[in-house]
Amino acid sequence: MPAILGRKLGMTSAFDDKGRQVPVTVIEAGPCQVLQVKTPAADGYAAVQLGFAEKPARVTTRPLAGHFKKSGATPKRFVREYRTGDASRYQPGQAVTVAEFEGVPLVDVIGVTKGRGFAGVMKRHRFGGQPASHGTERKHRSSGSIGEGAGIPGRAVRRGKRMAGHMGRERRTAERLKVLKIDAEANLLVVRGSVPGPNGGYVMVRGARKAGPPKA
Amino acid sequence: MRRPRGRKPNQETRLRKGRTMKRAGIQRIEAAYLVKDRPDFHIGDTVDVGVRIMEGDKERVQVFTGVVIARRGHGAPETFSVRRIVAGEGVERTWPLHCPAVSFIRVVRSGRVRRAKLTYLRKRVGKATRLVEERRELGEAGAAGAPEGAGATAAEAT
Repeated sequence: MPAILGRKLGMTSAFDDKGRQVPVTVIEAGPCQVLQVKTPAADGYAAVQLGFAEKPARVTTRPLAGHFKKSGATPKRFVREYRTGDASRYQPGQAVTVAEFEGVPLVDVIGVTKGRGFAGVMKRHRFGGQPASHGTERKHRSSGSIGEGAGIPGRAVRRGKRMAGHMGRERRTAERLKVLKIDAEANLLVVRGSVPGPNGGYVMVRGARKAGPPKA
Repeated sequence: MRRPRGRKPNQETRLRKGRTMKRAGIQRIEAAYLVKDRPDFHIGDTVDVGVRIMEGDKERVQVFTGVVIARRGHGAPETFSVRRIVAGEGVERTWPLHCPAVSFIRVVRSGRVRRAKLTYLRKRVGKATRLVEERRELGEAGAAGAPEGAGATAAEAT
């Protein structure tokens, strides 16, 4: 299954053959360069390392510059590895383009979700909060009780109790998204549905790993 | 020269005339879905909207006539809303501007309005729903009369 790095451009609408409006995400996918091919013999596992989005040599650290140079590639901002058994078809320095996704029906898109900061329990865990009235004071968005006193578990609050805290900015995979269009000329990939992260965020696209019907 | 503090504006998505410019890649994808012969119509215009309807396996076009009360979005997802009175009941329908099920849009009359969204028409009944235009503009109530509505009384001469 092919893999490529890219950037989420944003969402828009498309219309299917029955005239229905379909939500789509446009991804600028590639071109990437192969930075390194990892083999079980040399590295203990098989993978390809891809790089996407140019970055100026002046902001590249010396150690990284050396790494890029080894494969004959230019410095890249976004570098990710893709584990694959058939790494043999990749050569260091080789270009990877969306054209490789021709004929791939479903893809997984991996990205980093938008950061929500320190989020309360209603937003973070979809709690119901407290009543708006009937004597509720200053606790409309709080959780309820978080425990019953130190008894059997020997602790007042059980482990894993869902509370307020940091939300978002995590790696997430949108699985089995239908590929609607590949524009090899402009390096664009159009996928049905949404994709993690903000517009302009870096994503990795790979052929769907799990079998099954497309999501939505 | 020192730039003011804060993030550098992204040249691709910088605000332009109050709108976020969509990235070129998105526009390129959208181009395939845009219907090119949509007329240039505005809020307050009275339009005929031809809607394709499947009856069994036959297709027929039904016309919905009313006042455009809203347009929102731009590019492929842009939508417009049309309001009319059917049997004394207000009916509003919203379509994507570039929806293939909308076979045509015809401007019947253009109205002079001062709002971007004509939600105030919902509160009005009969004569009060008429909009001013070049000459006298009749709203969906249909009766002829002195120009009024939208707080504007000056009718533009043709």
